[in-house]
Amino acid sequence: MRLAILGAGDVGQSVADLAGEYGHEVVALADSTSATVDSDGIAVRDVLERKVGDDALGSDDPEDVFGIEYDVLVEATPTTLGDAEPGFTHVQRALEADRNVVLANKGPVAERYAELRALEAESAGSIRFEATVGGAIPVLSTIEDCTPQAVTAVRGVLNGTANFILTRMAAEGLDYEHVLAEAQDLGVAEADPTFDVDGTDAALKFVILANVLADGGFALDDATVEGIQNIPGSALDLAAEDGRTIRLIGEATRDGVRVGPRLVPENGALAVTGTRNIVQIETRNAGSLHSSGRGAGGPETATAVLSDVGRLPPL
Amino acid sequence: MGDGPDSGDEDDPDAETDGGVRAYTVRLELVDEPGELLRALAPIAESGGNLLSIHHERGNITPRGHIPVEVDLECPPDRFDDIVQALRDAGVNVIQAGEEHYGEEVNVVLVGRLVETDLSNTLSRIEDEADAVVLDLSLAAPDGTEGIASARARLAIDSGRTEDALAAIRSIGTDKELTIVEPLLGGEA
Repeated sequence: MRLAILGAGDVGQSVADLAGEYGHEVVALADSTSATVDSDGIAVRDVLERKVGDDALGSDDPEDVFGIEYDVLVEATPTTLGDAEPGFTHVQRALEADRNVVLANKGPVAERYAELRALEAESAGSIRFEATVGGAIPVLSTIEDCTPQAVTAVRGVLNGTANFILTRMAAEGLDYEHVLAEAQDLGVAEADPTFDVDGTDAALKFVILANVLADGGFALDDATVEGIQNIPGSALDLAAEDGRTIRLIGEATRDGVRVGPRLVPENGALAVTGTRNIVQIETRNAGSLHSSGRGAGGPETATAVLSDVGRLPPL
Repeated sequence: MGDGPDSGDEDDPDAETDGGVRAYTVRLELVDEPGELLRALAPIAESGGNLLSIHHERGNITPRGHIPVEVDLECPPDRFDDIVQALRDAGVNVIQAGEEHYGEEVNVVLVGRLVETDLSNTLSRIEDEADAVVLDLSLAAPDGTEGIASARARLAIDSGRTEDALAAIRSIGTDKELTIVEPLLGGEA
């Protein structure tokens, strides 16, 4: 398939880099200021080298992406809240042109799910968004395989930064501020880690899951969200006295979304360590299913995008 | 004793109408001192309960060095709560009452200015408003009583009432500006 990739961060670059391995061709790669567009396929390696060197991706305008022939628009621009722009408009333009869309951008799916589905219904194209929840872990496709109606709840750890901080605090008996600084030095936490530690990032993913379970109806404002900033090392010590630990756990059901620090058994499935993610999919007829793996990272998330491309129905 | 006319079963679909009494088990925790057992049994008889058997587990000490005692008794269903209350009023630690009572034990961790905001008031509000029994408490205040402290409370809650109890504890937490770390229920956590 011919891929047009919007967004040239870690995920967009990795999709471009790995597309050939999955048998696809990249016909456009754009960031917010520049683009390289060629309906015969772009020279991915050269373009990525320019990006690494901080040069413009190419001499084309990002707007030119919508002027060429492509099969799938890969929306990998940064997640924005509220109106989820410009991601939402990108998806809209592709669907209105009867193209397929694969999103790595959480914004539109979390904040404007019903609108996306309405646009999709009018289009010959389809949308998929596995990469928005748990990176490389097949969460949405597992729910799809079980059928969303048979899934009663999804719970788990879907933010590696918060999980890394809690794990280190518990293991080393250190306080939040100390471990956060360490995580920033290691590159695990961003310079501004607010969205990770206040629960917003995890909440967006569980809002997406609730939307899939209930076929829409949720946005970030509907979620009850608490972060880990107020958890001192002593709380983890007390939890350990009783064989428990504290994790930032999200829960999505058809009734709502909740994210917050919770007590879980220290040796239980949900007590993953480091930046690892895990989801527990509770089904009506098959008990609980667990999937664990890397929930973030360029190549990891790109594999989810490319798996989605492979699952698209033919146009 | 306990076989008088009973009129209190219209609200309780499980209530036995035959003779108007049902059997209950209460599990108590007693201090290992002479006279404690008798002191614990008196409120049962005084509140209209009929003692059936007493299992005094002398060899089995609880983590706090107390002796578990299991008492089977029978009484009209509407008297049972009075009996449990009378035991509590007499200072007896009831860790389980009745087949369905206090069936669940959960831990919560409270974080915040616990000492300044009156920890004992917080705990009694949990007992009253969440209808829970505080079985055990550990406190860690590494920054002194003025600073942020953590407390872990092990609670006994009626079966099936855990969600309601946790909701009540959440609202106490909001009142007192405490962070409440709740257990994750459901699924195979």
